[in-house]
Amino acid sequence: MNLPYTVIFEKRTADYPKWLPAVTSLLSVIVAFIISGIVLKIIGGDPMRVLKFFFTATFGSWPVFSDTMVKATPLIMVGLACAVAFKMKLWNIGAEGQFYMGAFFSSLVVLVPMVNLETTPKFIVIALMMIMGMIGGAIWGFIPGYLKAKYQVNEIIITLMLNYVALYWNNFWIFDKWSDAGFQMTPQFEKIAWLPRLSDLAKEFKAFSGITLHLGVVFGIVAAIIIWWILERSHWGYEIKLIGDNPKAARYAGLNITKNLILVMMLSGALAGLAGMSEISGVVHRLQEKISPGYGFTGIIVAWLAKLSPFAVIIVSILFGALIVAGREIQPSGLSNLLQGIILFMVISSDVLLRYKIRLVRLEQEA
Amino acid sequence: MNIEIILHAGLATGTILLFAAIGEIFAERSGILNLGVEGMMLLGAMAGFSTSLATGNAWVGLLVAMIAGGVLSLAHGLVTIHFQADQVVSGLSLTFLGTGLALVLGEGLTGQHPPTIPIVDIPLLSQIPFLGPVLFSEHSLLVYVGYLFAPLAWYYVYKTRPGMHLRAVGEKPSAADTLGISVYGVRYFYTFVGGMLAGLAGATISLSVSPGWYSTQTTSGQGWIAVGLVIFAQWNPIRAAFGGYLFGMLRRFILDLQGPALFAFYLKGKLIGSFDNPLYANSNYGFFLQMMPFVLTIIALVWGSRAATKKRLGAPAALGVPYIRGERGL
Amino acid sequence: MTSSPPPNAVEMQDIVIRFPGVLANDQVNLTLKHGEIHALLGENGAGKSTLMSALAGLYKPVSGTIKIHGEPVSFNSPKDAIAKGIGMVHQHFMLVPTQTVTENILLGLNEPKFFVDLPKYDQKIRDLQDQFGLRVDPTAKIWQLSVGEQQRVEILKTLYRGANILIMDEPTAVLAPQEIDELMNTMRSMTEQGKSIIFISHKLHEVTTVADRLTVLRKGIATAEGISIEGLTGEKLAELMVGRKVIFSVEKKEQEPGDIVLDVRGVSAQNNKGVRALNNLSLDVREGEILGIAGVAGNGQSELAEVITGLRACEGSILMNGEDVANHEPSKAIASGVSHIPEDRTGVGSAPNMTITENTIMKNYRDEPIGNRWSINFTEARNHARGLKDAYDILAPNVTTMARKLSGGNLQKVILAREITTNPKLMVAMQPTRGLDVGAIESIQRLLLAQREEGTAILLISEELDELLTLSDRIAVLHEGEVMGILDAENAEVKEIGLMMTGMKRSDS
Repeated sequence: MNLPYTVIFEKRTADYPKWLPAVTSLLSVIVAFIISGIVLKIIGGDPMRVLKFFFTATFGSWPVFSDTMVKATPLIMVGLACAVAFKMKLWNIGAEGQFYMGAFFSSLVVLVPMVNLETTPKFIVIALMMIMGMIGGAIWGFIPGYLKAKYQVNEIIITLMLNYVALYWNNFWIFDKWSDAGFQMTPQFEKIAWLPRLSDLAKEFKAFSGITLHLGVVFGIVAAIIIWWILERSHWGYEIKLIGDNPKAARYAGLNITKNLILVMMLSGALAGLAGMSEISGVVHRLQEKISPGYGFTGIIVAWLAKLSPFAVIIVSILFGALIVAGREIQPSGLSNLLQGIILFMVISSDVLLRYKIRLVRLEQEA
Repeated sequence: MNIEIILHAGLATGTILLFAAIGEIFAERSGILNLGVEGMMLLGAMAGFSTSLATGNAWVGLLVAMIAGGVLSLAHGLVTIHFQADQVVSGLSLTFLGTGLALVLGEGLTGQHPPTIPIVDIPLLSQIPFLGPVLFSEHSLLVYVGYLFAPLAWYYVYKTRPGMHLRAVGEKPSAADTLGISVYGVRYFYTFVGGMLAGLAGATISLSVSPGWYSTQTTSGQGWIAVGLVIFAQWNPIRAAFGGYLFGMLRRFILDLQGPALFAFYLKGKLIGSFDNPLYANSNYGFFLQMMPFVLTIIALVWGSRAATKKRLGAPAALGVPYIRGERGL
Repeated sequence: MTSSPPPNAVEMQDIVIRFPGVLANDQVNLTLKHGEIHALLGENGAGKSTLMSALAGLYKPVSGTIKIHGEPVSFNSPKDAIAKGIGMVHQHFMLVPTQTVTENILLGLNEPKFFVDLPKYDQKIRDLQDQFGLRVDPTAKIWQLSVGEQQRVEILKTLYRGANILIMDEPTAVLAPQEIDELMNTMRSMTEQGKSIIFISHKLHEVTTVADRLTVLRKGIATAEGISIEGLTGEKLAELMVGRKVIFSVEKKEQEPGDIVLDVRGVSAQNNKGVRALNNLSLDVREGEILGIAGVAGNGQSELAEVITGLRACEGSILMNGEDVANHEPSKAIASGVSHIPEDRTGVGSAPNMTITENTIMKNYRDEPIGNRWSINFTEARNHARGLKDAYDILAPNVTTMARKLSGGNLQKVILAREITTNPKLMVAMQPTRGLDVGAIESIQRLLLAQREEGTAILLISEELDELLTLSDRIAVLHEGEVMGILDAENAEVKEIGLMMTGMKRSDS
């Protein structure tokens, strides 16, 4: 069939319309869903039933919406961690490891214990856990930052390797020193170390009973506001964006690149570490082997889909939180991994539309 | 702890890294960074395993594994070469895709026992004292393939015309372009080759060196180690092979450290000293050992980067940079 | 029996080449006679390189015909053009730095088939060199060669492929006057051996020495097609190139320079290859003075700019108003009043994906009213940028346009505006007008002179001798990292400068 038109890609000369990034992200998700539906159909599933289930299991009622938000909470912070690093073209693939170290360090408050858990006021315990969590993540971010600054070592591999190291480090302590009667977890933390959640107010507000949404979500939103301010309004944010866009120009302008490499990696790590603390203190209430279903990696996709914008990260995190909640029930289990991969792939492919526009060109008629 | 066993095991597990790393060397030498190796390896492991199960022929499984890895890498190629998208993120998406596909399509494969690649001795060569049993006996055929593959790859890259073109495309694609070499074509080709070799590496695990399907534990990060190995090897296939073997041996050594209750040292048959093996006493210390391959990779990378800056060597100049005809620079 | 004259080597008729947003060539005709040297003249951006790239097979014209030796051709890739005997010597060399001369020459060919026997081909290359008198070591790696030697490799590439039509794109840009003469001789010997040459340039005086005929392009249109050199005056040529009788003249005021601002004493430094690039170099620049730095590219100019701006380590001292800024971070140099217009506008001088506003505040984002202690007031920043846009006549849709959308001239104005607003005491300007069209060149030069009047000391590093002679008060000539001599620009003779550029020290300096 000979169409009278042909499609050509033409480099954009003007700036792309402001709504384009959001639209490409949205389209990517929709297309990814469609493709996953097709894969599901091929292996014998029922895509429409799964889709319906997806919506009811994640947004259908307040309790399930709360579950979705609980899963979204760490994603917001990890997404911010990745977004900040990526703005400076620092490929932090180690958010997972930084998350675990944050979890570990914050658990130290209870496990050592670092303060007297009977007498210290709750807000101090929580605050201390927050700080320890951020320190843990920051240390884990410092290592690749320093190695890159000093030896120009590629941060991608380093951060990745450190993920595995963090995992095994964590395992040692929960299998060995602080194990709960030989199980792969510590004993449950005292209530004082639990982040307040809506169900704590069940006595006053009947509606809140069973709602596990915890303070961590506030951490996430506050962090998003702070990161937005840093990136869009502060000196540091300007420097980060400049270094990310053209490190040579930044150097010529007198910026200190090595200092920023380290600081930004530490900030990124701290955010991921805070996510770890939030998950420990708000959800699992103990240090255990599996705390994260891959938040650190999902965070990369969240950041990219949100086009590195802090407020978009919140929205995208809710979507992915939903995917995790629904994914628990959906067979086969690898499907959510696949879906995430397809979404990311679609997002990158669609980035081409930001640089090129598609034109339909009439083919000349043969004389 | 037996040195011969450590060397022998190292050669076997090192072959996995060898294939994956040399594949990535080909891709990176053409200018394309492919971080999806872990995903492609896992997919290859699953594809090989399930095909061998279905057809009863491990070689067919191997072939399918290579095709699977290659096809997946073409997606990366399309997005990075034609769409000029960011190569790091595209590679990561490939890892997710490969892993996801492998997990979804690999449901129910755990515990199966399909045919595997045969383990053979090489006659004559295996009789050589000491080296013979280590290098040439009781190895999977794929290990022997690895022995030949590394030097062949090296020769190809440095001493042949297509190898010259490959290096030119990765260093200065505009020069190659103006002389009539298809930069896109070369990059697609070697990205595909890299994917095939990653798939082969995965199948080497599931159909040979550690037969079986253990979900993500099958590869457990070796794809990433292979990517790090490329940098450590300075994009040289023979160095990559040695690096892979060394890594394999270190892993085995570390594993064996947990075995003996006592470390004893002998000189001329007499015991001169010994001390308790702390790792024997507490098996949980084993976690630190499990960390070691990853810590070692970090150390290898730092060392490699310092050596590179000293000798002013480094990555192919155009690595990770999309080629656009007419744009200044590369 | 008399034979008919050989057909024209190249005939390009009614060529139209279009890019998104730009009509690069509009119905251009060019004819290259057999055995002639034909000059293609025009200012930057006129469309000369584009036209020749089409001849070399890199672009396909939207319409028009190309005939090679009388036979119509259609090139789909550089390979097709090479097959027809066309060879292009690029302005920016297309050489692989990590490979040897021989490997670069062999690149893309079908022979050697698979196994590469380098020594055999090294010898073949040496034989070829003798035929044309172009000497360079075939086993050397490109990064080890000087710029002139690299150019010889580019030429050898085309000759090895049996090119009999050579396109040379701005070949003299990187050569010293003596080397230019050598090149001209090589070109004549090649035409005597039956080659035909098109040579692209924007330098009028070179063109008149060696070309037989010329074609002039202005903004994509041919204003003169294949006219003879006979009887052409510089003014007529300039008019054809630019459309005005006189190219332009900039007013340089007479003024006495003030105190020494920059005092470079005994500075030595290495370049990126570890080779000594600056050798015990000393010079000074005074308030309200432009010191021009002349020299063939690669004799230490980049390194000189880098040690002054804090981007490279060195021995010796560099005093800015008495304070030593050598071997410190760029921020120290900037704080002491040094501003830098880098060579590479897009790669180094600006952030391509950030807006004009964000690019203009690179130096003063911490200062009131744009910045306060922690944050940046973008409303103020945009006002500031708008002011600069008007003052410097920068053409752009608005100040939120991304820097990479700007033309070379406008981007350079943004960079200059940014540097000037910091009220620098010293400006280090590297090749500030390279690659710009005449209108932009004029603007930039006027801006530099205005700064000079304000009392800024300017270190002007340029490969265009004319520019140095026009703008500078004094000219220092660099050769292999040493100052060969410093002359007053008013009395300077090109011949003397040329000699110094190739290593002859000034007898009475």
